Amino acid sequence: MLSRTADSLFWLARYTERAGNVARGLGVASRMAAVSARFGAEADEWRSLITASGGDETFYRKYETPAADSVVHWLVFDPENSSGIMSCIEAARRNARAVRTALTVDMWEALNDTWNQLRAMPPESMEGEKLVDFLGWVRERVTLFNGAAHDTMLRNEAWRFVHLGTMLERADNTARLLDVKHHLLTAEAEGAVDYVQWQAVLRSVSALRSYQWIYRDRLQPRLIAELMILRPELPRSLMACFAEVAETLEAIALGQGGRRGECHRVAGTLQAQLRFGRIDAIMEEGLHGFLTTMIDRAAALGGEIDAFYIQHA
Amino acid sequence: MGAASSVSQAKTAAFDEMRAEEGVRAAYAEIDRWLRATPREQLDSKRHEAELLFRRIGITFAVYGEGGDPERLIPFDIIPRIIARTEWDRMATGLRQRVRALNAFLGDVYGKQEILRAGRVPTALVLENEGYRAEMVGVAPPGGVYTHVAGIDMVRTGPDEFYVLEDNCRTPSGVSYMLENREAMLRLFPRLCARHRIAPVGRYPEELLETLKAVAPPRAGADPCVVVLTPGPYNSAYYEHCFLADEMGIEVVEGADLGVENDVVFMRTTAGPKRVDVIYRRIDDEFLDPTVFRADSMVGVPGLMAAYRAGNVALANAPGAGIADDKAIYPYVPEMVRFYLGEEPLLANVPTFLCEREEDRKYVLGNLDKLVVKLAKGSGGYGMMIGPHATWDLREEFRTRILAKPGDYIAQPTLALSTCPTVVDQGIAPRHVDLRPFILSGGKEIRIVPGGLTRVAIREGSLVVNSSQGGGTKDTWILEDEGPGEEPQPAQSQSQTAAG
Repeated sequence: MLSRTADSLFWLARYTERAGNVARGLGVASRMAAVSARFGAEADEWRSLITASGGDETFYRKYETPAADSVVHWLVFDPENSSGIMSCIEAARRNARAVRTALTVDMWEALNDTWNQLRAMPPESMEGEKLVDFLGWVRERVTLFNGAAHDTMLRNEAWRFVHLGTMLERADNTARLLDVKHHLLTAEAEGAVDYVQWQAVLRSVSALRSYQWIYRDRLQPRLIAELMILRPELPRSLMACFAEVAETLEAIALGQGGRRGECHRVAGTLQAQLRFGRIDAIMEEGLHGFLTTMIDRAAALGGEIDAFYIQHA
Repeated sequence: MGAASSVSQAKTAAFDEMRAEEGVRAAYAEIDRWLRATPREQLDSKRHEAELLFRRIGITFAVYGEGGDPERLIPFDIIPRIIARTEWDRMATGLRQRVRALNAFLGDVYGKQEILRAGRVPTALVLENEGYRAEMVGVAPPGGVYTHVAGIDMVRTGPDEFYVLEDNCRTPSGVSYMLENREAMLRLFPRLCARHRIAPVGRYPEELLETLKAVAPPRAGADPCVVVLTPGPYNSAYYEHCFLADEMGIEVVEGADLGVENDVVFMRTTAGPKRVDVIYRRIDDEFLDPTVFRADSMVGVPGLMAAYRAGNVALANAPGAGIADDKAIYPYVPEMVRFYLGEEPLLANVPTFLCEREEDRKYVLGNLDKLVVKLAKGSGGYGMMIGPHATWDLREEFRTRILAKPGDYIAQPTLALSTCPTVVDQGIAPRHVDLRPFILSGGKEIRIVPGGLTRVAIREGSLVVNSSQGGGTKDTWILEDEGPGEEPQPAQSQSQTAAG
């Protein structure tokens, strides 16, 4: 497959997944902000969301304080934020248009309709009272795209690069969401607010129910961290995502007669580390340090994939 | 899409391909019955259905820099344009002959230049022409083919009068419409199609691929790597580039996807560099290779021409093929047929006046109100004047322009372009049409799929059929002469015979 085609497939999947993840984060943060307002900690929610979306530098150059208005504007509309919902959908559709023949009709229509509908939406239908509905719509569209890809793509290299993009982006997102709340999971003290926060963390990866199914116990920080980092059953856990990444890279290598590079080594190492890791050891060494390393290595892996398959460095 | 097609309306009524003086022409008998039997509302709903179909498939024609929606739809007329088999066969024989001559001419002007030495075509007209690529002198393209895909624009003025309006030897476009229009007709009017014996066009991508494979360098073996080279998504014909690549099952690549090392072209794939043998390029000559042609080209491939000269890759069409379709060269094509093939040309040219020649210029300036004046280099219907329709001011403007740069202009009489019934807002009315058949040359073989792109000027009285100027398209049916109804119906499935 052409490197440019692979690159576009990888990125259209990443941007689509990112749009969905921003919608998830924003949905949970706005819910939390309402709760925290009673304790005067509303700004903390918005601040940690900006941090999670990786926008610390650029956001503060433009806005003074993180508040509902500025954060929603930044994460939904602002064209200067390349990770904002509109920017992501725009970038996904641009990549899709460049490789239309590599997509199935269902995938193209899922992306193209999303883009067309978004273009036609008045801004007032995306903020204030309507924000929650709008975020739900974004998540639905992302689910539709993922379903279209999963259901209609031939299981060849095109599918693998799409899947690689989705899974790498999802891993990155889970690590970030968890990292901004790491202090809540390591602090000894436990109050009512913390409990709500824990619920919020789980909700952001659609895992509140899953937690109950797996542990049948009240929420505990150590188990929340274990679920989101190490449990293979949770489809958005680091373990699950990085396993998919490593297996997909392996499938590409097998399709090319065993041609492998640094990206395969990095992916394999990450997978092994998570597969054989223990949550107590991770907590002991420091959750924040561990998650930061994960985020850095996900980025490094993206770079190695680019170098090996796209740029031929 | 394509170059200017401007043959003007004469004062007398134009030849209508459906209605002759003595009644409906035989080939259109079934269409006539169908049109009579179909209420207007039904035609309208089918028109609407057709539009939705084209939008959904995404067959758009990109027009940038004019404001408005850049992804436009070319109007599709649901009434097919019909050509009888005998008419087509005669035209096809002529097209083969003409393309053979054009190819021979290209091989000659980049080789021995015999036609110039014989004085049959003015030397300066060729060697000083912008379309002439000195870089191609002495290069022998694989199979001796220069114009692998030619689009010859044909117009009709009477039952037996066909003219070549212009030749397109560079990168003619529009063939995707020929294919998609047929698909649309089969979907919208299955029964109407079944009542006709329509020559199929669906083989075109296969024939194109065969043609391209036939000119691969010998070392490529039985399964050469063929690609389509596109300038990218902002090109007006991008849809067509992707469509053809998809139909042929090959990659559509951009300049940045290709690289040249040791005079070998390769494409960047996820499995590493892959050698490329044949490039169906839909990029103009000037942009092909920044180290040889325009240095500012962002869409080309540095080193491509060196690889081509080394015989390591085939380019279709060959660089420099444009010299053969130059509007100033056009009047000499019949001469090429005689010179190279020793035959009389089967297809007629529209009489053409070269303003560069003093005698011609005098005539043109004296008859501006009767002639069509075109830029010799123009395309897309831009920069031309249709004398009988032009204002006095416009005619005077062209007089000044011709006097200032006579070499830039040619003129032709206004032909009464034939018309076909077309659905318009007021009902069904005759509208002027032309036809672009596509002729494929690979090695010894010339292939023509029976059909082509019929373009129709939707505006009443308009003679400009270019899609960039509001022209539409029709499906083109080449019909077997026996006419409808003679095809035996398939036998019914056997049923139980009543006992007793």
